[in-house]
Amino acid sequence: MNWMPSIFRRRKLQDDLSEEIRLHIEERSEQLMGEGMAPKEAERQARIAFGNRTLVEERSREVWQWPTLESIWADVRFALRQLRRSPGFTIAAVLTLALAIGANAVVFGMLNALILRPLNVPQAQSLYGIEHGSDYGYQSYPDYLDLRDRNRSFDSLAAFTGTQVGLDTGKDASRVFGYQTSGNYFDTLGIQPYLGRFFHGSDEHGVNSAPYIVLSYAYWHSHFQDDRGVVGRIVQLNKHPFTIVGVAPREFRGTLLLFSPDFFMPAVNQEQLDGENNLNARGVRWVLEVVGHLKPGVTPAQAASDLNSVGSYLAKTYTKEDGFKSFTLARPGLYGDLLGRPARAFLTGLMLLAGLILLAACANLGSLFAARAADRSREVALRLALGSRRIRILRQLLTESVLLSLAGGIVGLAGSVVLLRWLSVWRPIPRFPVNVPVSPDAKVYLVALALALVSGFLFGIVPVRQVLKANPYEIVKSGSSARLGRRMTVRDVLLVLQIAVCAVLVTSSIVAVRGLVRSLGSNFGFEPRNAMLADTDLKMAGYTGDSVQAMQRRMIEAVEAIPGVAQVASANATPLGGVAVKPAVFKDETRDMRQSNAAATAFQYDVSPNYFQAAGTSLLAGRTFTWNDDKSVPREAVVNREFAKEVLGSVTDVVGRYFRLSDGSRVQVAGLVEDGKYMSLTEDPQAAMFFPMLQSTSSQTILVVRPKGDLGGDQQQLASAIRSKLRDLDAELPLETETWTNELDDAVMFAPRLATVSLGVLGIMGAMVAITGIFGMAAYSVSKRLKELGIRVALGAQRKELLQAALGRPLKLLAIGSGAGLLLGILATKVLAFIVYQATPRDPLVLAGVVLAMLLLGLVATWIPAQRALSIDPSILLREE
Amino acid sequence: MTDNAARSLFPGALEMMILESLRRQPAHGYALVLHIQQRSNNLLQVEEGSLYPALQRLLKAKLLKAEWGVSSTNRRVRTYQITASGLRKLEQQISSFERMFEGIALVLNPGKASTR
Repeated sequence: MNWMPSIFRRRKLQDDLSEEIRLHIEERSEQLMGEGMAPKEAERQARIAFGNRTLVEERSREVWQWPTLESIWADVRFALRQLRRSPGFTIAAVLTLALAIGANAVVFGMLNALILRPLNVPQAQSLYGIEHGSDYGYQSYPDYLDLRDRNRSFDSLAAFTGTQVGLDTGKDASRVFGYQTSGNYFDTLGIQPYLGRFFHGSDEHGVNSAPYIVLSYAYWHSHFQDDRGVVGRIVQLNKHPFTIVGVAPREFRGTLLLFSPDFFMPAVNQEQLDGENNLNARGVRWVLEVVGHLKPGVTPAQAASDLNSVGSYLAKTYTKEDGFKSFTLARPGLYGDLLGRPARAFLTGLMLLAGLILLAACANLGSLFAARAADRSREVALRLALGSRRIRILRQLLTESVLLSLAGGIVGLAGSVVLLRWLSVWRPIPRFPVNVPVSPDAKVYLVALALALVSGFLFGIVPVRQVLKANPYEIVKSGSSARLGRRMTVRDVLLVLQIAVCAVLVTSSIVAVRGLVRSLGSNFGFEPRNAMLADTDLKMAGYTGDSVQAMQRRMIEAVEAIPGVAQVASANATPLGGVAVKPAVFKDETRDMRQSNAAATAFQYDVSPNYFQAAGTSLLAGRTFTWNDDKSVPREAVVNREFAKEVLGSVTDVVGRYFRLSDGSRVQVAGLVEDGKYMSLTEDPQAAMFFPMLQSTSSQTILVVRPKGDLGGDQQQLASAIRSKLRDLDAELPLETETWTNELDDAVMFAPRLATVSLGVLGIMGAMVAITGIFGMAAYSVSKRLKELGIRVALGAQRKELLQAALGRPLKLLAIGSGAGLLLGILATKVLAFIVYQATPRDPLVLAGVVLAMLLLGLVATWIPAQRALSIDPSILLREE
Repeated sequence: MTDNAARSLFPGALEMMILESLRRQPAHGYALVLHIQQRSNNLLQVEEGSLYPALQRLLKAKLLKAEWGVSSTNRRVRTYQITASGLRKLEQQISSFERMFEGIALVLNPGKASTR
C-alpha cells in the first residue's frame, strides 16, 4: 500500500482520529472521577456517553474514503480471506460454476457460429438461399438460369455446388474439394480477390468456355506456400488444363459453413470434370444451390411469391418436366433447412439443457451459501449488534458469490475457448474437408461473463431473506439453533428438481451409449468387419468411356493377386458411404414416366461380379453378376427385399420379372438380396437396386477387398499392398485406403456419436451438479444437528440409526428425484431415437444403469457428511457447548 | 442509538453548531461537546461520538483546520479552528436557517412573528 502517498496521509488521519477519540474518552472519565465516581464506573460512563466507538471511527473514516470503491475493495479482501478459509467449498463452487458456465459457453459458441452468426460475406443479412419443395436448397442449372433472369426480387442470383477433382500441379495428383459456381458467384456475394482476379459472368461463353480456377486462401497457403506467382499458372483438373486466375480472401470460406472448399471453378466447365454434361437437364434438380442478396426493401415473403410466379411460368412452359414445387427462402450455410432445421433444434435443445444445468448449479450454490450464512449467523448477528448496516452484510455476501462466479466463469470460459478452438480445427470425416468453424468471438466472451455475473447474483441472493430477517438479539442469545422443519422447503424442491434433471441426462446418455454400441453390432445388410476399401475416381486420372471399365477390371484382378485376399469387387458407391443416387423406378406396366407415377425411389449401385460375396450381402434368390453381364446383354439388376415389396408387389418369385427406369428402359431382375442400411442407421427399410458395373459408365471406383480369415493387425500391410499394386497400374491414381469399419465410423457414426458425446458430457456435468447439491444438503444437515447426533450417540444409537437420522432426508430426496428423472428420461429418449439407432429406454440394462448411477452418485455425495456423522465424539461435542 | 440521535437534529445542524462554537474560539473535540451541551441548556442530547464524523466532514471540506497542541489544562489535544471559507459557509447557513425557521414559525404560530 505504501506506494500511494494519499493512502499514507489517510493512515495518518486515521491514527489521529483514534488518538483523538481515546483522549476524548479519557478526559470525560477523568472529569467524572473528579466528580467522585469510581475509576471503573467513570470509564464505563465515559464510553456510554461517547457511543459506538467503532461505528464513529468507521463513519469518520468513510468521510475520507473514495467511498464505495474502497469499501468494495475491503469486501473483496474479506471475501477472499473467507474463501481461503474454506478451500473445499471454494474449489467445489468454482469447479461447478466453471463446468456449468463452460458448457453454456460451448453450446452458445456453437449456436452463435452455426445459427446466429451470418456467413462471412458483405451484407450477409440480406443473403438468402432458395429452396425448392423437398429438394431443399437445390435447383437444376436450367431452372437456375430462369430464376436468375426472370426474378425481380434479387440483385442477382449465384449458384454453386460442391465437387471433388484430381488436381495435378505437375508434381503429384491429389484429390481436392471445391465449388463449381456460376460465373457471377463472387460478384453476387460482393467478394474481392486477395490475389489476381475472380472469374465473372462475362467469362462464360457456353460449355467448357471458362477453364479458370480461384484458389481458397487456405489451400494457397498450405499447398503453394503463399507463392504470389501462382496467378496465371496452369494446373490439371482431372487431366484438363485450368488457369489459376486468383486467390480468395482469407476470411472467405465459401457459402457452406461446414464445407470449406480448396478452390472455385465455373460450373460451365463441369463437363470436363464429370465426363458428362448435366447442365441441360432441367428435370435433374439435385444439382446447384442458389443464393443471392435481396434487393433493398424486398421482404423474403415478397421474394418467395415472386419466385413462385417464375415457378408457375416454368411449370406451364416445360410441361414435360413435371415436379415443379413452390419456392421458399432459407438462410444459406447449412444446406438451407436440410441441415439447418435439425441443427437449430439440436443446438436449441442443448442450450436449454446447459441452461438448466447452470440453473441447478446456481440453486446448489445458493443453498450452500445459505448454509454458510446460517453457520455464520452468529458473526452476522454480532456485526448487526455492533451497528453494521444490513446492506453492508448483504454486499459482503454478494461480493463473495460474485467473486466465486467470476472465478468459475473465467475458468469455464478458458476451457470452452480451448474446446471451441479444438472443435474448429477438428475434421470429423478425414476424407472430406468438413469442419465445424465455431471459434469463439466477442459475443461468446460477453455471454459467458454475463452468465457468470447473473449466476453470482442469483445464488448470492438466496441467503438475503435470511440475513434481513435475522434478529441479532435472538441469535446471539440462543446460538444458531437447528430448526430443520419436517415440511418440504423451497430448497428441497430445488434439490429434487436438479436430481431429476441429472437423472434425465444420465438416462438419455446411457440410452444413447447403448444405442450406439448396439448399432455398431447390428446388421447393415453387409459385413464391414475385416473388409478394406480402396477409393478412387478414375476420371481424375483421365480415364473416360470404355477405358474406365477396362481399368476397373484390371484393378480388381491386380488386387485379387495379393496373397491372403479372398474376394475383390468394385462398386461406384458403398452403402452408408454417404454418396448414392436414388432415382425413381416404375412398374413394368407404366408408360408415362412422370415422377409422380413412380412406384418408388431406389438407391442405385453399380457393382462388379463378386460384389455381394465381397461385401458380405446374402443372396436370397436368383444369381449375382458375372463378367459376361456387359452392354451386349439386356439390362438386368439385383434388387433388395424392400424393392421387391414396393415395386414388384411381392418378395417371392421376383427373379425374371421386370421394372422400368425413368428413361423408359426395361430392366429384368436377376437376383434378390437382403435389405440393408444405405443412408443412415436410423432409416426405415429402403429400396435398393444393383446394376452390373459393365453396363454403367461411372468412374467412381471403390474396391471392396475381403481378406481370407481375420484381418487383425494386418490392416496396414494389406492397405500398402493394395496401394502398391494399384500404383503399379497407374502411378497418378489418387487413392485412399481405409478399413470399412473406420470408413463407416467416420461417415455414419458421426451424428450419433456427437449426440452421445454431448449427452454424456452433459450427463456428467448434471451428475456433478447433483452431487454438489446432495453434498451441500447432507453436510448442512449433519453440521446443523451435530449436537443432536452427539446426544444420540451418547444415548447408544447404532451407526445405522445415526446415518438414518443424519442422511435420511437427502437420500429420500435423491430417491424422489431419481424416480421422476427416470420417468422423464424415458419420455425424452423417444426424441433421441431419431438420432441414435435403436435408442430405447425399455432395456433392463438402461434401467439398472440409471439406478446404479444414481446410487453411486448418492454414495459419493453423502460419503464425507456420513463420515463426519459417524466420527462424532459426544464427549468432545458436549464439552464444547 | 446513533440513528435516533441523528434524527433528533436536522441534517447539517451539528455542523452548523460546531462552526458557530469555533467562531467564538478554537477548541478540541471534548470542549466542543461540552460547549454545545451547555449552550443548549442540555436540551440537545448530542451523543459525544457523533461529533467526530461531522468534524471529519468539515475538515475534508476545508471549513476547519486541526492542529495537535497542549490545552490550558495541560492535556494533549487536537484543536480545531474555523477557516475563512468556514466563516463564509457559516454566515450563509445561519441566514438560510433563520429564514427557514421564520417560515416554519409563521406556519406553526400565525400571529407571533418571533421565535424564542
